[in-house]
Amino acid sequence: MCGIVGLYLKNPDLRNRLGSLFAPMLTEMTERGPDSAGLAVYRDQAPAGRVRVTVRAPGVDWHATGERASAELGTPVTVTPMATHAVLEAAVSGEALRDWAEAGDPPLRVTSSGTTLEIYKEIGLPAAVLERFGVPQMSGTHMIGHTRMATESAVTTEGAHPFNTGDDLCLVHNGSLSNHHRLRDWLRDHQGLRFQTENDSEVAAGYLTWRLMQGATIAEALEAGLRDLDGFYTFAVGTRDGFSVLRDPIACKPAVMAETDDWVAMASEFRALARLPSVDDAVVWEPRPGQVYSWGRA
Amino acid sequence: MSTREEIDLDAVPVRRLNRLLQGRDGTRQAGSFDVRNPRGRHALAAGLVDPIDVVIHGHAGYYCAGMNQQARVTVAGNAGTGVAENMMSGEVRVHGDASQSAGAAAWGGLLTIGGDASARCGISMKGIEIVVGGSVGHMTGFMAQAGCLVVCGDAGAAFGDSLYEAELYVLGKVESLGADCVEKDMDDRHVARIEDLLGRAGFAADAGAFRRYGSARQLYHFRIDNAAAY
Repeated sequence: MCGIVGLYLKNPDLRNRLGSLFAPMLTEMTERGPDSAGLAVYRDQAPAGRVRVTVRAPGVDWHATGERASAELGTPVTVTPMATHAVLEAAVSGEALRDWAEAGDPPLRVTSSGTTLEIYKEIGLPAAVLERFGVPQMSGTHMIGHTRMATESAVTTEGAHPFNTGDDLCLVHNGSLSNHHRLRDWLRDHQGLRFQTENDSEVAAGYLTWRLMQGATIAEALEAGLRDLDGFYTFAVGTRDGFSVLRDPIACKPAVMAETDDWVAMASEFRALARLPSVDDAVVWEPRPGQVYSWGRA
Repeated sequence: MSTREEIDLDAVPVRRLNRLLQGRDGTRQAGSFDVRNPRGRHALAAGLVDPIDVVIHGHAGYYCAGMNQQARVTVAGNAGTGVAENMMSGEVRVHGDASQSAGAAAWGGLLTIGGDASARCGISMKGIEIVVGGSVGHMTGFMAQAGCLVVCGDAGAAFGDSLYEAELYVLGKVESLGADCVEKDMDDRHVARIEDLLGRAGFAADAGAFRRYGSARQLYHFRIDNAAAY
């Protein structure tokens, strides 16, 4: 199983309520995925010329990490801790900051990179994970999230979603892929992609990353995925400007969408949307199989 | 004089609602019930056995009115996966859209869907009558054994795949027919059947303009000539 949710706020007046609207959506999907949870949040963009990377390293001294990063990269690195994670920002390239984090001792596990995106994920019940990261207090334009019931690989934080798929892009997945072993090998051996886990969804994320590196738009990358990814899936993909949704052509995995003048939302089941403001007046529909849906700032 | 009772699911758990509607205290249940704040919860009004009237005011989750006998259940909203699955008798009416597998494996009764039904509507149906005001998704009528399905809109791919003896009627376009499903001639009996079902569903459409689909009866038995295909 697994549950996925996404919320994009069209009305700027709601943006300081993003986390408080989103948290109950993810909690409602607990029965679909009680073993781990994660979320991607798009709050604000880093100042021009700076990059933003989210890292995970339980028990690390974040103050010392910031001092070491600034010294070794030769430029001030700000570190904003959030439980087991922290957001690093600096006026360097994203690759430089990522490489520095992963090469450290102890290494910091990079969960996201870009200029806007932050990704937080942990093992545990969704309500506990949301509380730990202070999600109800978060503001921003949009969030996507995932509750996991592991089927293809171990219950680990690394196996939790969302997966970062290139700068400011991330993926959550409900379903299972059947050609991910060969596809992972091919992406790693022939295209130079790096993978952190044995997870099938990480391969889908890597596949989209590779397509985007080839110059595809996110919609084109997803449409190519209809041919190249074998298995069951409903995907939600977060971008800097919004999010996209795709269901495989057989469409065994559920999805429902709703839209009002103020927001657009998707979830595995309607009950996750049932407490959004003015939901009774929303247009509610089931996304068609094999069709890419996208929202966000035009 | 009939009674009308209101149940607020923000105050009462689904299990208590269903025990009440099922008459689990040993008495036969009667009267009418209004269910408020369904909020997409699962298994609402499942397993009813008495001829009661239930209106769900809002969207229902999975398996709403499953296994229904005799009761008349109305969803004034959309219904999730498997609405009226395994219904035996009675009537289930969805004002909005229904998700996949509507009326799955149901033996009897009438299921009416005002909007669209998504994939696998009427999968393995065994005698239920289904009338859809809008369109149906792919694999509708998969392995349908008996009963009747009337679609006032279009039908998605692989319509009627591996069909047995259910009768399927479509007013609009059929994207593609599934294995062993063929178009068949319409005669007066078929038009009368559609008219009857449209009338009971409360939908207006030209019964004579529907097309009929049924089984070519080529997949019923194992044929030695096909052995190489397995």
